[in-house]
Amino acid sequence: MSASVLPAVDGRRRAKDKLARGVLLGLTVLALVPLVLIIYYLLAKGLGAWSKTFFTSDPTGRFLGDPGGIRSAIFGTIEMVALASVIAIPFGIGVALYLVEYGKKTRFANVVRYFVDVMTGVPSVVFGLFVYIVLVVSQIGGTFAAWKGAVALALLMLPVVTRSAEVVLTLVPDSLREGALALGAPRWRVITRIVLPTALPGLITGSLLAIARAAGETAPLLFSVAFVFGLQFDLSQRMNSLPLQIFNDVGQAQDRLVERAWGAALTLVLLVLLLTLLARLVQRRSRLA
Amino acid sequence: MTPDRSTTDERRPPMSDTTRPTGRPAASPAPRGRAPETPAAATGRTVALRGLNAYYGSNHAVRGVDLLYAANQVTAMIGPSGCGKSTLVRCINRMHEELPGARAEGGVHLDDIDLYGPQVDVVAVRRAIGMVFQKPNPFPTMSIFDNVAAGVRLSGTRGVDIKERVETSLRGAGLWEEVKDRLGERGGGLSGGQQQRLCIARTIAVEPEVILMDEPCSALDPIATLKIEELIDDLKQRYTIVIVTHNMQQAARVADTTAFMLTGEMVEHGPTEKIFSTPNDTRTEEYITGKFG
Amino acid sequence: MEAGSLTEVRGGRSILERPSRWRRVDPMVRIALTGLAALILLLIAFFFVRLFVEAKPAFDRFGYAGFIFDNNWDVSKSIYGAWALVVGTVITSAIALVIGVPVAVAAALYLTELSPRRLRAPLTVTLELLAAVPSVVYGLWGIIVLAPNLRGAEQWFTDTFAFLPFVGGTVSIPNYFVAGLVLAIMIIPIVSAISREVMATVPPHDKEGALALGATRWEMIRMAVLPYSRAGITGAAMLGLGRAIGETIAVTILIGNSPSIGATVFSQGYTLAAVIANEFGEAASDPIHRAALIAAGLVLFVLTLIVNGIARVFVNRASRGERAAVPQGMAG
Repeated sequence: MSASVLPAVDGRRRAKDKLARGVLLGLTVLALVPLVLIIYYLLAKGLGAWSKTFFTSDPTGRFLGDPGGIRSAIFGTIEMVALASVIAIPFGIGVALYLVEYGKKTRFANVVRYFVDVMTGVPSVVFGLFVYIVLVVSQIGGTFAAWKGAVALALLMLPVVTRSAEVVLTLVPDSLREGALALGAPRWRVITRIVLPTALPGLITGSLLAIARAAGETAPLLFSVAFVFGLQFDLSQRMNSLPLQIFNDVGQAQDRLVERAWGAALTLVLLVLLLTLLARLVQRRSRLA
Repeated sequence: MTPDRSTTDERRPPMSDTTRPTGRPAASPAPRGRAPETPAAATGRTVALRGLNAYYGSNHAVRGVDLLYAANQVTAMIGPSGCGKSTLVRCINRMHEELPGARAEGGVHLDDIDLYGPQVDVVAVRRAIGMVFQKPNPFPTMSIFDNVAAGVRLSGTRGVDIKERVETSLRGAGLWEEVKDRLGERGGGLSGGQQQRLCIARTIAVEPEVILMDEPCSALDPIATLKIEELIDDLKQRYTIVIVTHNMQQAARVADTTAFMLTGEMVEHGPTEKIFSTPNDTRTEEYITGKFG
Repeated sequence: MEAGSLTEVRGGRSILERPSRWRRVDPMVRIALTGLAALILLLIAFFFVRLFVEAKPAFDRFGYAGFIFDNNWDVSKSIYGAWALVVGTVITSAIALVIGVPVAVAAALYLTELSPRRLRAPLTVTLELLAAVPSVVYGLWGIIVLAPNLRGAEQWFTDTFAFLPFVGGTVSIPNYFVAGLVLAIMIIPIVSAISREVMATVPPHDKEGALALGATRWEMIRMAVLPYSRAGITGAAMLGLGRAIGETIAVTILIGNSPSIGATVFSQGYTLAAVIANEFGEAASDPIHRAALIAAGLVLFVLTLIVNGIARVFVNRASRGERAAVPQGMAG
């Protein structure tokens, strides 16, 4: 090997390279350290709080004595997130369908796209404020109510669902639409029988991720649902929820309440993780991804 | 070889109280190869273009074309890329107007019905005029059976025995023997040539009058291409066929009539043999001999 | 095959012209979907207008400049100048950027250029798990685990570097730094994900060219990857900034909620988002307090709009593949 063709990589450059690689690796590990710590503490402190009564009893609202479990919070989260999903997912997919099938590159469609993009950047607390102004202050159907919290969550989910649905629907090849139209199918049938079934896995993935996001949000619920301890299923009344319960307990600086907060946090994280994993599973089995 | 006009109703002015004979006499089996010029009972329809213009926005892609596609014949559309042949063909089944900013003007008549008439339902036009695309596009979420049945189901046709229709169509496309035991499998598992025949089966399942083919073999290997060309020869007994092709040898093999287009204009059309041996127009001759395109 | 039926003439019109039963569905579907899209526009416009209307009383009383730039947030006296909140928002977000962006970009670089192929997918998934953790859990972990454990180190830092500006005195447990640190952790996933996307689009040509010249891996990164990704990384950082500005719950728990500008980086403070979360309960009955909080929300909203708008410009520029700079030479 001729030594004069290329200058040998000298010690200085090699050292710099090694240093840079080390730093990059180190910083990457650093990025993962908090995750490891969070998982560790969640398990260490959260599992300790778990017990049968933890899941079958409601918070008692008492400072001394038995603080109770988180049953009402779990049910509340499920119920409100479910209602929010029922509102946001069809709405979001509908708007995405408009953008991909009808609007395409028209001015109006571009404006809608821009505004949806803007909406994704709105802080969640502002959605809560909005719902407060429009629904709570005006005393529509009482003051605080679970369905209003669900509306705030739906507002949060809407741009996320729309954006991801638009991406997925765009991935459906135009040749399929053409083929169906050329067979003499009206456009709405092309959408329901060809486009939507082909895009379905991606739509499910996007929806599940949006649901996972909504389940973990606290701020939108603060001023729309307020807080209550007892278990109740009536959406027109106040309702408990996991994020609110945790937030409340953290502020109390009481050992047993903090312990309950960890247990609730572990529950919430597991719920979100489950939804996220499900979404990724569906995505992996999709034909379009 | 003049296009057979004697038994078509193309010349008769449309009269509202005329009823046309319904149904078709059974097609007599024709020998392989070019269809004879004998005035057989017309089992297909003619398509007549009169002053057809098509635009993409301000781009004038098809300029004042007049052309008659004779019944039960194969007409090939040839010309260099961008000459407008695909656009023209898409105007026949009114697919052209689905593109944003695209429009067509002029007359396209299926026998004596103006397909661009104000009362005409676009969706019904596409049921009468089927299309096979360049790249086979079977529906990925459906089985072979469902793919063939898709046209019938999507167009909402009632009172059809689906199973029977599927088998007939697959036989008509020469695919039945190969897939009859795996009708439940996904359409995507077939080879390219089989997928294209599947798409043809899907197209004929809705029982169109005319079949348009936009470069149907350009994505296929030579053996699959041969099979499809044989199929076309068979299909023309029951349908009027228009095939867009950039392969002149293919046009010479399958088409009774050939039309040559250049930058949106119809330069010349006539019997295939004449076009390829003694064309009238020098531009045609230059294209045929490979001077451009 | 009854193929003649489609063009059959019956009673004056061919079947092609007979309106099908379903003919009206298409326009209805189109109108419905267009309506939904229009509804979103109306919703957002309504959003903005209502927020503004409700916030107006505060702006009327204190003036726009007054509200934003006066440093006097006194609930008892009904005086609302939000400067301390704005400063707190800026400080915590700045800390989040300074700590979070380099780490996120480093992780992105490592994952796209240096990591062994087998590790790429698991590491990426793990990194994205950070995004799945709800902000209230970050707050819980931050205040119970992180903040108390950092206190020692923070105090040592303060004592050692007391000559630096904004460093000195006693460290408090909830403070700007801890809030900013947790924010940094929270924005790592999004900054890293977008940076990774941008880096993945670096033409292999450029990278191979650099390596073929005898560059070390790090030099190749500096010459080919970083210049190309500059716009995209900036966009990613701005998106992270937008996220940090708007984060409410984790910050509320970690900042101490004291409506004045803390003297040091380890003092308590307040942010626009945190004040809304904290004081909304008591503001329900006091109209001017409520208006002030909504005004704070509006300022927050506008801030995120601006930051995200800038981010979008950078990310678009990156996705259009514009080169930011010519790669530099191999100067040792």
